[in-house]
Amino acid sequence: MIQERAEHLSPAAADPQDAVVAKGLSLVFQTADTPVTALSDVNLTISRGEFVSFIGPSGCGKTTLMRVIADLERPTSGSMLVNGVSAEDARLARAYGYVFQAAALYPWRNVLKNVMLPLEIIGVPAPARRERALKQLALVGLDGFERKYPWQLSGGMQQRVSIARALALEPALLLMDEPFGALDEITRDHLNEQLLRLWERTGKTVVFVTHSISEAVFLANRIVVMSPRPGRIVEIIDNPIPGPRKLDVRDSPEFAAVAHRVREALRAGHSYD
Amino acid sequence: MTEAAVPLPVLRPPGPLARRLAALWQHAWPVLLVVAIGLLAWYAGAVALNAPQVSERLDGIGDPWGLPELAQGAWAMERPVLPAPHQVALNWWASVFETEITSPRSLVHHAGVTLTATLLGFALGMALGVTLAIGVVHNAVLDRALLPWIIASQTIPILAIAPMVVVVLGSLGYPPLVSKAVISMYLCFFPVAIGMVKGLRSPDPLQRDLMRTYSASGAQTLWKLRLPAALPFLFASAKVAIATSLVGAIVGELPTGAQAGLGARLLSGSYFGQTIQIWSALFMAALLGVALVAAVGLVERLTMRFMGGRA
Amino acid sequence: MNLAMLLALLTALWFALSWLARLPPGRGREWLAPALFGAGVIGLWEFVVVAWDVPSILLPAPSAVAAALGARWHVLWPDFLQTATGVLAGYLVGCGSGFAVALAADRFGLLKRGLLPLANLAGAVPIVGIAPIMVMWFGFDWQSKAAVAAVVTFFPMLVNTLAGLATVDAMHRDLMRTYAAGHTATLAKLRLPGALPFIFNALKINSTLALIAAIVAEFFGSPIVGLGFRISAEVARMNVDIVWAAITIAALAGSAFYGLVAVLERSLTFWHPSFRK
Repeated sequence: MIQERAEHLSPAAADPQDAVVAKGLSLVFQTADTPVTALSDVNLTISRGEFVSFIGPSGCGKTTLMRVIADLERPTSGSMLVNGVSAEDARLARAYGYVFQAAALYPWRNVLKNVMLPLEIIGVPAPARRERALKQLALVGLDGFERKYPWQLSGGMQQRVSIARALALEPALLLMDEPFGALDEITRDHLNEQLLRLWERTGKTVVFVTHSISEAVFLANRIVVMSPRPGRIVEIIDNPIPGPRKLDVRDSPEFAAVAHRVREALRAGHSYD
Repeated sequence: MTEAAVPLPVLRPPGPLARRLAALWQHAWPVLLVVAIGLLAWYAGAVALNAPQVSERLDGIGDPWGLPELAQGAWAMERPVLPAPHQVALNWWASVFETEITSPRSLVHHAGVTLTATLLGFALGMALGVTLAIGVVHNAVLDRALLPWIIASQTIPILAIAPMVVVVLGSLGYPPLVSKAVISMYLCFFPVAIGMVKGLRSPDPLQRDLMRTYSASGAQTLWKLRLPAALPFLFASAKVAIATSLVGAIVGELPTGAQAGLGARLLSGSYFGQTIQIWSALFMAALLGVALVAAVGLVERLTMRFMGGRA
Repeated sequence: MNLAMLLALLTALWFALSWLARLPPGRGREWLAPALFGAGVIGLWEFVVVAWDVPSILLPAPSAVAAALGARWHVLWPDFLQTATGVLAGYLVGCGSGFAVALAADRFGLLKRGLLPLANLAGAVPIVGIAPIMVMWFGFDWQSKAAVAAVVTFFPMLVNTLAGLATVDAMHRDLMRTYAAGHTATLAKLRLPGALPFIFNALKINSTLALIAAIVAEFFGSPIVGLGFRISAEVARMNVDIVWAAITIAALAGSAFYGLVAVLERSLTFWHPSFRK
């Protein structure tokens, strides 16, 4: 029902190949002292099936931009189209899965029930729910853990459950806000590799926010470098390193070259001041 | 136009006082709305509940009557089932401001009697609670053997013991103030003890380790770390304790039909069917409770400011 | 002689407790120390009363209380039933309506802003004072006691439920927004389960408050049954051991009620950090 509504609203101008189109997007927060410009004139197009990373220091607006895509924030000016419709319609059509910085699992539900949560909300009947949830858990490599409770799992495993939950509605778009930021580096590397394999298998569009240069260069095929005060896009770098990438590619000279370009872009945006 | 231009009034942004008042109004008006609706419901309720008696009386008089007469009668009865708000307010005002404080009809006198017992019981309860808490935190025997009983004592309806305490202490020759204070003390030591235990144990293990690296003695750690850390918990418990202490003092006046105190006033009002007197005394008790908790809150704010804590 | 024995008993008790306190916890061993403490207190009480011939008016021996419990059971049982009816009825009505009003206040912000400050104020007011008014309205029987218990338990339930509903994480709320979940779905799946620890906190407090309210209400007027009535009536007649027997029943009932709610809490909120060591 909601799917029909979303389709009927798709404007003719948007290219059906584009997952996200932002034009002249600005967001100004009214705080107690002075207004804060979180985003200033952002223009960005993300095509279907791309893996895009937003990178920048705190306050550069990368999380804000993703929240605008998710319709968790409203821009003060400019336009945002997701899958050809407004961000709000996309959210109502459940067009994306969102992964937060923390796993945000419900401690009163076991792993399987946590992954089934979105399916319950949209009203999928019980047997289908179970089957779909188990499928996603297998995808993130957690089959066998269905009956465990979140506090019985490590931080890395909890985040994997969170990713499985984001995939439960099988959205075309996956929005991830520094999902591995709270984990140690070794776990992070492992999960980065898993995420890349998952992306290759499912062909989803992924938008990944991070403040780690090596993570952005390893994962993304396009890196959006942002800078603060005001939050804006400094440069969009196409990642020439061919896929499928394995972890050792991070020791290669090509990797260092791309990382260097990202660092230069950050410096140009006064991120290190 | 050739007239001299009239200077436009300079619009200044609202000053801090105006902003504070505006914020206060923002918080206050829903409460005032609920109170106003409550008062309206009370007046309506008074008509509804007093209607049987009033209609009987009006029928007896013989003249035709309608809702206005019913309402008027309902709001002016001497022994109503539900007194009207203004009746209670007038009675309260008269008992407080228009009666000699020494008279047995003065609510100030009764409130004073109850207040003395409340404060004494509160002080004793705080002392007992804090002492027990310090003991429990520092002594393993008390922690394992006594703490479960302190927790269990909360589940026991302490007020069931009230008549016992009053009679026993009375027969031993102690004045009623003492028995009421003992009941209040027993009621309020528990939240203080439990709150203090939580508070004394609240400092991070990191902080306690730091004290050990200084070879600080138990007493020093208590005074410099645990007690300051426990203050917020102490004040939270103190607010609960003082309200409970008030209940204890009032209930302590019931069993032997005491002559003075708000509880005694409630009891005599109920024996003699003086509804308005009951409501008036109840209002006084409510005012007293709110004032006491507010006083504790004030002490808390002053202490926190003195200690540099965030308000 | 008696004093020497008393001191010896106290010392023995202290040593036994110290030894028990040093035992590592686990397998129910943590109950040994408090159990011994309780038994010790009762034993010492008996000893003191018997050895110093304390008048029973002042403090009857535990054995006398137990005897009275046994002898007057046919009177005390109906008393208990009478009080229990008032307590349970009031508890259910008070907690139920507190919960319902909390849900309404949660839905309608204006109601919450108007009601919550008043509900917090009500915590300072000695609500048991409404007992004579309730007796006037509902009569001497258990209904007036239930009315007092209902009013007393209403406010803690309201305040705690609202507090529990308010604690939800911003992240969790955002998650629900990404699912385009409505108010009811968010309430049922996220906020109510999350609020359970607070709700149970209120349910536990209210179990004690309801019992106290019913007993105190019986001090104000009761037919010839009820624990509160029994206590105040027998105190006037100086039948101290029956009074203590009634107090014992009230204490046991109170602990049992609280314990039941606590057991229910453990099974429903096992996931809360306070239950997982």
